[in-house]
Amino acid sequence: MSAVEVIGLRRDVGAVRAVDDASWSAQSGAVTAVLGPNGAGKTTTMECLEGLQRPTAGVARVLGVDPWHAPAEHRARVGVMLQEGGLPVTTTARRLLHHISRLHAAPADIEALMARLGVDRVSGRSIRRLSGGERQRVALAAALVGRPDVAFLDEPTAGLDPHARLDVWDLIRETATAGAAVVVTTHSFEEAERLADHVVIMSSGRVVAEGSLDEVRAGDTLEERYFALTAGGRR
Amino acid sequence: MSSPISPAPATVPGPATGPATPVQRWLAQARFETMTILGHGEQLLVALVLPAMALVGLALSDVPDLGPGRRIDVATAGVLALAVVSTAFTGQAIATGFDRRYGVLRFLGASPLGRDGLILGKLGAVGVVITVQLVVLGGLAAVLGWRPEATGLVPALVTVALGAAAFLALGLLLAGTVRAEGVLALANLAWVLLLGLGVLLPTDRLPDAVQGLARLLPSGALGDGLRLALVEGHWPLAQWLVLLVWAGLAGAATVRWFRWSD
Repeated sequence: MSAVEVIGLRRDVGAVRAVDDASWSAQSGAVTAVLGPNGAGKTTTMECLEGLQRPTAGVARVLGVDPWHAPAEHRARVGVMLQEGGLPVTTTARRLLHHISRLHAAPADIEALMARLGVDRVSGRSIRRLSGGERQRVALAAALVGRPDVAFLDEPTAGLDPHARLDVWDLIRETATAGAAVVVTTHSFEEAERLADHVVIMSSGRVVAEGSLDEVRAGDTLEERYFALTAGGRR
Repeated sequence: MSSPISPAPATVPGPATGPATPVQRWLAQARFETMTILGHGEQLLVALVLPAMALVGLALSDVPDLGPGRRIDVATAGVLALAVVSTAFTGQAIATGFDRRYGVLRFLGASPLGRDGLILGKLGAVGVVITVQLVVLGGLAAVLGWRPEATGLVPALVTVALGAAAFLALGLLLAGTVRAEGVLALANLAWVLLLGLGVLLPTDRLPDAVQGLARLLPSGALGDGLRLALVEGHWPLAQWLVLLVWAGLAGAATVRWFRWSD
């Protein structure tokens, strides 16, 4: 059984069909990169898998469970990094991460995690006063505090400098190597090519390619394939 | 791939660990929310500083007319009502409205805490902060000469609990249905208006045209209820009924219309 299963997923938001008959899967121990233009349905699909949006039709299943009805036992196995961060700005990074760790029975070592992501030096500062890149790394730490079996990371390296991006890639790779299924949305071809074992390309709510990096590239570069597959899919 | 920071195996996810127990999760959220409120200058201003200033101002002046009873006793009951409104309504509406704007509600809703745990945590934090307010403002009032009716202490606590429930439900309804900037404006405007609609000023001091309306508002029921309990030692059953109806209606509306994202 795949750790993440999307089967014929449809999600209508008002009059807009944000996700249209999408099907793909992600495996434990692997990084799956979901690419697509803005408005392709990546974030909506992720939020259906995180239990934040209810599918209009089709199946979104994570670790065999329907996320919309998932109990705390399931949510503890899933790490979530939202595109907009989801961090309370009036507290500090250290206080927030310790709080999230208290929601889990056996969380990761907070201090080591912050040091690993380079936010230990600013952990006593109000999140409101952190740079965009620092907030991104705190949000990633918050997603991994519970040592998840599945991690959904929505654009985890957006706005990061090259050093920080390498740190984040290393941690994502190690997370997958340790056995987790990691699903990453990204606009970076370099990120997908360096990180992903499995690639999904979406356009206009539909999946236009899915497979290993080599299968999706089909002899071209990922960038060439992406533009060929998503031409006309921009909203 | 090179990394300027050496690997730290302890940070790498391992086998599934599961959630903390429900009680641990709710207590953690209540503690986190309480620390956030008490560590936030603007929240402290609304929760403690302004009610304390109102208490001292009313105790040391002759205006406005607060009606029969020792002035400090009537003023203290009103200020305790104001403290409940400040924390359960104004503070929670603004904090929750901006948490909704920044995606915090969605993030915590997807965590082991869940939506139920988030609401229970807020309830716990409001309870703790109101307890702190009662102790601090009650202590200040005692120094100023406040002597509450001993038989009214239990009904006063019931009134505080019902008032907190009604105003928290109203605060969450506002936070979950209006954009954050609108919540900020409306919550502050309501705080000012409610001062004169039964919170600090007894409803029987209001013009006849608004007396009846004020008594049906949660502000009038909370303020009058605390004055009846603490000044006269009565059980304010009619005011409890009004607060229960507001808590029920606002709670049902919140369940129906609260949106977790902006």
